[in-house]
Amino acid sequence: MTTRADTEVGVAFGVGESAPRPDGIPKVTGHFAYASDLHAQDMLWGATRRAPHAHATITSVDVGPAVAMPGVHAVLTYDDLPAERFQGQIVTDQPVLADGTIRYWGEVVAIVAADDPTTARAAADAIEVEYEYLDPLTDVDEALAAGEVLREAVAYRGVRDVHGAVVVEATYETATQDQAPLGNEAGIAIPDGAGGIDVYGPTQWTHVDHEQIVACLGLRPEEVRVHPTGLGGAFGAREDLSLQTHLCLLALQSGRPVRMVFGRAESFAAHVKRHAARMYYRHEADLDGNLVRVEAKLLLDGGAYSMTSPAVVANAVGFAVGPYRCPNVFIDGYALRTNNPPAGAMRGFGAVQTGFAVESQMDRLAEELGMDPLELRLLNAIGPGDVLATTGQVITEPLPTREVIESVRAMPLPEDSISSDVRDLPGGTGLTTPSSVVVRGVGYAVGFKNLAFSEGFDDFAEARLTLTPVGIDIHTAAIEVGQGMVTVLEQIARTVTGVESVRVVFDHTSQIGSAGSTSASRQTQMTGGAVMRAAEQLRTEILEHYGAEALSNDGVWRNGELVVSLVEACLEREFSAHVRHRHQETDEPDENGQGNLHVDFAVSAHRAVVDVDPVLGLVKVVKIDTAQDVGFALNPMSVIGQIEGGTMQGIGLAIMEELVIDHGVVRNASFTDYLLPTFLDAPPVEAVLIEQPSSWGPFGAKGFAELPTISSTPAVVAALRAATGKALTRVPVRPEDIAF
Amino acid sequence: MEIVRPDSVAGVLDALASHPDALVLAGGTDTMVLVNAGALRPEYVISLRHVEDLKAWNARFIGAGVTYARLEESEIAALAELSRTVGSPQIRAAGTLGGNLGTASPAGDALPFLAAVDATIELVSKHGSRTMPWDEFLIGPKQNALEPAEIILGAHLPDDMPWRTAFAKIGVRQAMVISIASVCVTRNEAGETTVALGAVGPTVLRARRAEMMVSAEKDPDEAALDEFQRLVSEESRPITDHRSTAEYRRMAVGVLARRALERCLV
Ligand SMILES: Cc1cc2nc3c(=O)[nH]c(=O)nc-3n(C[C@H](O)[C@H](O)[C@H](O)COP(=O)(O)OP(=O)(O)OC[C@H]3O[C@@H](n4cnc5c(N)ncnc54)[C@H](O)[C@@H]3O)c2cc1C
Repeated sequence: MTTRADTEVGVAFGVGESAPRPDGIPKVTGHFAYASDLHAQDMLWGATRRAPHAHATITSVDVGPAVAMPGVHAVLTYDDLPAERFQGQIVTDQPVLADGTIRYWGEVVAIVAADDPTTARAAADAIEVEYEYLDPLTDVDEALAAGEVLREAVAYRGVRDVHGAVVVEATYETATQDQAPLGNEAGIAIPDGAGGIDVYGPTQWTHVDHEQIVACLGLRPEEVRVHPTGLGGAFGAREDLSLQTHLCLLALQSGRPVRMVFGRAESFAAHVKRHAARMYYRHEADLDGNLVRVEAKLLLDGGAYSMTSPAVVANAVGFAVGPYRCPNVFIDGYALRTNNPPAGAMRGFGAVQTGFAVESQMDRLAEELGMDPLELRLLNAIGPGDVLATTGQVITEPLPTREVIESVRAMPLPEDSISSDVRDLPGGTGLTTPSSVVVRGVGYAVGFKNLAFSEGFDDFAEARLTLTPVGIDIHTAAIEVGQGMVTVLEQIARTVTGVESVRVVFDHTSQIGSAGSTSASRQTQMTGGAVMRAAEQLRTEILEHYGAEALSNDGVWRNGELVVSLVEACLEREFSAHVRHRHQETDEPDENGQGNLHVDFAVSAHRAVVDVDPVLGLVKVVKIDTAQDVGFALNPMSVIGQIEGGTMQGIGLAIMEELVIDHGVVRNASFTDYLLPTFLDAPPVEAVLIEQPSSWGPFGAKGFAELPTISSTPAVVAALRAATGKALTRVPVRPEDIAF
Repeated sequence: MEIVRPDSVAGVLDALASHPDALVLAGGTDTMVLVNAGALRPEYVISLRHVEDLKAWNARFIGAGVTYARLEESEIAALAELSRTVGSPQIRAAGTLGGNLGTASPAGDALPFLAAVDATIELVSKHGSRTMPWDEFLIGPKQNALEPAEIILGAHLPDDMPWRTAFAKIGVRQAMVISIASVCVTRNEAGETTVALGAVGPTVLRARRAEMMVSAEKDPDEAALDEFQRLVSEESRPITDHRSTAEYRRMAVGVLARRALERCLV
C-alpha cells in the first residue's frame, strides 16, 4: 500500500533526470517497428522508375511492357495524375511525376505496383522511356546570372559607405552533405474501402504532408489520414515528401495496400540534401577589432525544386554575421534553381553554411589584427539586450555567447604527445603516417541559430493529455525521429502531474491538430510546452474535482490519504486537457530584412584538436570539447547524445561527407563511397552545459540540437588551418586540399 | 535459387560442371553487395564455406578460403598489415583471399602483397590444375584469367620470402574504406626490393624502375629515397574518379612507397 511518503519523494524519471527512452530497449533488441517493417494483408509492392539524367526532355514513355507483365496492378505516369499535379510544402512546384522535363537526377518518371518486389522492379525497368538530353545548369553563379532565383533574402542595416581600417575578404564553399539517416525511405498506403486512404511514411510533420497529399489525390481532408511511423533518423531529410503521394496513388489505383521500401542507392535519390553554398564575404573592423561592416553574397544551390529553400536562405542570411555586434551589414542571399538534386532541410538549416564562412572570417580577421581569435569573438559577442546584426532585433532571452566561449577555452587540452596507437594516427590502420611527421592543430568556433519558426509563421503545437486507468496518455502529432522527444514529453508530464506512468500516443492527422515540424530545434519547447500546459490543466481539473492536492500512479490524494484510484476516477468521468501552444509572434521581414524575425536563439562553441599528416593531407580529429547553451537539461543523457551526434555530423562535413555530383549526377550514392565518420573517426567529446533558463521553454529548456553541428565544422577546419597554414576555404577538406 | 554446400574441391568442381553459370560464394562480402543491389540474381549458388582444403595455410601457400581474420595473425608483416585494413571485424571474419582474387578489383588490398612477393595463383578444374604468375592471373580491372568451371585453389608464396615487408593504404577515413592508393614493399637482406601499387592503375602494378634503382642501394640515403619516391609516382597510372584525383594518387603512392620502404630499412 502506498503511503504518504511516496508522493513526497517526487515522481521518478521526471525532468532533469536521465530517464530511459521508452523505445530504447525495443530498438536495441530489434523489436521496434520501423517504417520498413510495415505490412498489410494483400499488399502490393511499389517501385519507381527514375531518370538517369539531370536535365532532359522526355520524348516518349511506353508503359505497355510493364502493364503487360503478369502480377502488375498499376502503372502511373504524369498523365494519370488525378488532381493537383505538383507538390511542395512552401511552393508547389515539384511535379508528383515528371511532367515531360527531367530537372534532376533521380526524378521519378513512373511508378508501378505489383505482387512482389521483384516483379515491381522488373515492371518499372520495363517501361520504355526516351530522353533528349539537355545541358544541366549546375553552377550557382551561372544560375544567378540566368535569373533562376527561388528566393532572394536580404539583411541590410546601417550605412553602406562606412569602412573599417582592417579588411578581410574571401570566398567559401560548402559541398552537398546528405543527412544519410540509417533508415531508408519506406512506407505503406492502405485504402479504407470507402474512397479514403491511410498512409504511413517517413515524415517530420504529418500535417504539412497531409495538405499536399490531399491536394494531389483530389480527396477531402478527412479522407486522408497521415500516420507517423517508426523512423531511423531524419535530420531534415523527411521534411519534404518522398514516397507518400506515390504510395497513395498506387493504392487508390489498385484498390490494394501498397508498400515501398527503398534501398540505399535509391534513398540518396529520394530525399533532399543540405544546400551546397558559395559565399563571398568581406569583413571590416577598426584597429581594436570591433566589427564595422560585414558584406556578403550567399549563393545556395537549391537544386531543381523549391522544397524548403525559401526558409533555408532566410536562415543563412539571418546568421551570416554570427553572434557578433556589427552596425553596418549588407547581406544578399539567394536560393538558386539548378539541375542538381533538390536541397532542403538539414540540421542547422542554412546556419551551417554561413556558420562555416563567418567563423572562418573571424579567424582571418583575428590574424590580420594580430589578435587572439577568441578575444576577437569575446569583444564582439552579443548577449541579452544587444542587437542582432542582421535583423536589428533586440535579444530578449538568455544568450550566453561569452559563457560558451569562455567555458570551452577553460577546458583542459589533451596531452601534447602524439599517440603511438596506429588507430589514433592520421590514416589509422592503413599505416600511412609515422608519428614523426604528424602536426597538431587547435581551433575554435562558435555556432549560432534561431529556435522554432521565424518570419511571422504561425508556429503552434497541440497536445491532449487524458487520464487512463493506468496513468496518463499524451496525444500528439509531433514526430519522434530518434531524437528523444518521446522521453522528454513523458518527463514533463510526470513532473507536472506527479503520475509516473505516462506514455506518448502518436496520433494521425485526423485525431489531433498539428504539432508543427520536428525541426528547427523546436519540439522540446513547442510540443514540450503544449504538454506542460496540458498537464497543468489536467492536474488542476482532477485536483479541483476531488478537492485534492496530489496525484500519483495510485490515484488522487487529499491530506495524505488516497481518495480514489485512477481506475475509479476514470469510471467516474473523463479527464482530459487539450492545448494549442504558441510562441511569441514574430515579424515578417521588411524590405531590408529587418524586424523581430526570430523568437529565440541558441549559441554553442567547439574546440577541436586535430593531428594532421601534412604531406598526405590525412586527418585524425583527436579531441572535441564543446559548451552548449541548453537552457535547462531536461534529460542530460539525451542532451549528451545530441551533442555527440551533432558534433560527428559536423566533423563529417569538415573532413569527409560530400555527395560528389558531376553534371548533376550523383557519383557516390552508397555508403561505400559517401563516407560517414566511423567509430574510429570519432574523437572523445567533452561537453559543458550552460543552463540559463529560457522564459518560454518548459522548465527553462531550450532547443539546441542543431548547434553542435554548426560549430564543430568550423572548429575542425580552424584546427586544420592552425596545423597546416593552408587557407582551407571549402568543406569538406579533402586530402589534396592539404597536400597541394 | 538453389544452394549447394560441397565439402571438397572435387564436390565443388562437380557442381560447377553441372551448373557452369553457378555463383561461387566464399565470404560473400563482394557478391552479396551485388545481390543486395539487384545486380546479381544467382539461380544456383555453390558455397565454399565447408571446403576444408581451401582453408589450408602454411608458410608457402595460402588457400583461397583463408579469411582476413586469420591472415591478420600472419608472421609476414605486410600480410598481417593489409588484412587489418580490410573493412571491419565482420568483413574480415567473412572475406577471403580467394574472393579478393575473384573480384580482381584494382583496389583489392591483398593484391599488392601477392604482386610484391611474386606469388603464383593455382587454379583447379575437372581437367586438373594450373599455376600462373599473379600478373597473368590479374589481367584488367575486375578481370582475371579464371575459366568457366574453374576455381581458385590459393596462392603460392616463394621459398625465399623477403626479409622485410610493409603494406600501407590510404582511404579518407580511419576504417571501412576502399583504398585510393596502396603499396606493398619487400626488401631482402641483399637489398633487393620490390614494390607493388594498388588502386593507381587498371590492375595492381609493379614499379620496376623504382625497384631496380633502390635495389642497387645497399643503404639508401635521402637522395636515393627521394628518387625512389619520384620513380614510384612516375610509374603509377592513376585515374581521377569520385574517390580521388589522379594527381593526388600519383603523389600519395610515391610517399606511401617511400615510407613503407623506410619501415623495411629499420
Ligand atoms: C563493407 C565492406 C568493406 C570492404 N572493405 C574492403 C577492404 O578494405 N579492402 C578490400 O580489398 N576489400 C574490401 N571489401 C571487399 C571484399 O571484402 C574483399 O574483396 C574480399 O576479399 C572478398 O572475399 P569474399 O570471400 O567475401 O568473396 P565473395 O564475395 O564470396 O566472392 C567474390 C568473387 O570471387 C569469386 N570467388 C571467391 N572465391 C573463389 C574461389 N575460390 N574460386 C573462384 N572464384 C572465387 C566469387 O565467385 C566472386 O566473384 C569490402 C567489402 C565490404 C562489403
